[in-house]
Amino acid sequence: MKRKLTKLFEFSIEKLFLLSAVFCILALGTILIFVFYKGAPVIGKIGFLEFITGTIWQPQAEIFGILPMIVSSVYITLGTMVLAIPIGVLTAVYLSYLAPKKLAVFLRRSIDILASIPSVVYGFFGLMTIVPMIDKYLAKGTGGNGMLAAILILTIMVLPTIISVSETSLRSVSNSYREASLALGATEITTIFKVMVPAAKSGIFSSVILGVGRVLGEAMAVILVSGNAVQMPSSILSRVRTLSANCALEMGYAEGMHNEALYATGVILFGFIILLNILMYIVKTRSERKG
Amino acid sequence: MAKIEFQVEHLNLYYDKFHALHDLTLDIYQNEITALIGPSGCGKSTFIKTLNRMNDLVEGCKIDGTIKLNNVDIYKDYDIIDLRKKVGMVFQKPNPFPMSVYDNIAYGPRIHGIKKKAQLDDIVEEALTKAFIWDEVKDRLKKSALALSGGQQQRLCIARALSISPEVVLMDEPTSALDPLSTLKIEDLVLELKKDYTIVMVTHNMQQAGRVSDYTAFFLNGDIVEYDRTSKIFEFPQDKRTEDYITGRFG
Repeated sequence: MKRKLTKLFEFSIEKLFLLSAVFCILALGTILIFVFYKGAPVIGKIGFLEFITGTIWQPQAEIFGILPMIVSSVYITLGTMVLAIPIGVLTAVYLSYLAPKKLAVFLRRSIDILASIPSVVYGFFGLMTIVPMIDKYLAKGTGGNGMLAAILILTIMVLPTIISVSETSLRSVSNSYREASLALGATEITTIFKVMVPAAKSGIFSSVILGVGRVLGEAMAVILVSGNAVQMPSSILSRVRTLSANCALEMGYAEGMHNEALYATGVILFGFIILLNILMYIVKTRSERKG
Repeated sequence: MAKIEFQVEHLNLYYDKFHALHDLTLDIYQNEITALIGPSGCGKSTFIKTLNRMNDLVEGCKIDGTIKLNNVDIYKDYDIIDLRKKVGMVFQKPNPFPMSVYDNIAYGPRIHGIKKKAQLDDIVEEALTKAFIWDEVKDRLKKSALALSGGQQQRLCIARALSISPEVVLMDEPTSALDPLSTLKIEDLVLELKKDYTIVMVTHNMQQAGRVSDYTAFFLNGDIVEYDRTSKIFEFPQDKRTEDYITGRFG
């Protein structure tokens, strides 16, 4: 009798877990269907190539071209990564191998808090400090909103992701590699850069991909500092609008085809994210096969 | 009498307050195999790590007394990098780097400034040949070292230690993670290496100490109970505790 009860209990708990897991898949599926249902038809109507290579966005005239936003999103992502990867990876290295214990604990807590600050607060911060500074020193009074401001604020926002994921993978590298390298007469720094970082490279790469996802998807902070003009960026100070900013900015009042075009922008954004995930999957399976 | 490689005098080692090694004094001879035996926690692994200063990595580890390598104090008058170039180490668990076989061996020479491909090729071949593994890996030098078997990995690690031409090779229970056949191969290898290198080897396995070593030191609770020619230790142990240990009455 008791055994039967235990079995029943095990069974129902297992199904409960299954249900929770199914919930995530359902959510993903629903979102996919919804966004594509709303966005895909209009891409057909406009024409896929015209939509992604058009440079003019005039919803009133029903001209929808998002190339400037794609380019802006890509530039901002690249710019952010150029800054965030070295700072993030070096911080992760410092935290995992070099920092005194107490300092490391303090740094880790600070980074966790950095990660939990709402993006709108980052936006305000950027608007109040970074934008005026760019205006004063670089743009010479023509306004500090633009690509550079977005890159700087996104760099700060993405650091916690890169640092914590990289650090986890650096710390999981076997200490026996470190011992072997030191025993060969290598210095601590040589050991870190020739042995430990290469051994953690797939994890570091994952951290970068996650960071890129975060940057591509961020709307709120970007809207507040990037200027939001739909134009091809001509310099790093240009006012630009990203894909995610576009979705968020006009949704409040868009109707009809305009509304659908915003969903279509979401579809393209989704496409980028899926590409990233595939890339991550390829890198992971490759390094697993090797390891 | 053979030439002295290491001269250890009144060596004491502390982990914070814990007194791990008690006033050890012994000479380790050149081109001989010295086995360190004793039960777990007796200090033999701690002692071997003082010889290339790997204990420096352990927080709270303090040492007094002197260890001289060819009459030079390794704690006072040696650059730690030079010391570790002269005194190589092989670890308990095979720990090849997650790189190709070739890069594993070339790592040491590269960090010490050798860049020419031809020179590296020669070093790699020589080290792998000396470690009895060249024939098994010569066709897969570019493949990952982690794909090798445990025994092969350990011989690769020995080759890696030889790649920077040390004088001494320290081995911390090099066969404890290996099967009997791989163990025999390593033992044959160690006997061969003795011609060119001084070998100090921690082992759990008494038969192994008997088979390969020339000198044996029996450690117990941080003391060296007895240190002498292996044949003497095994046939005529002077101390009752040594006799008990090697006859398997404890440990």
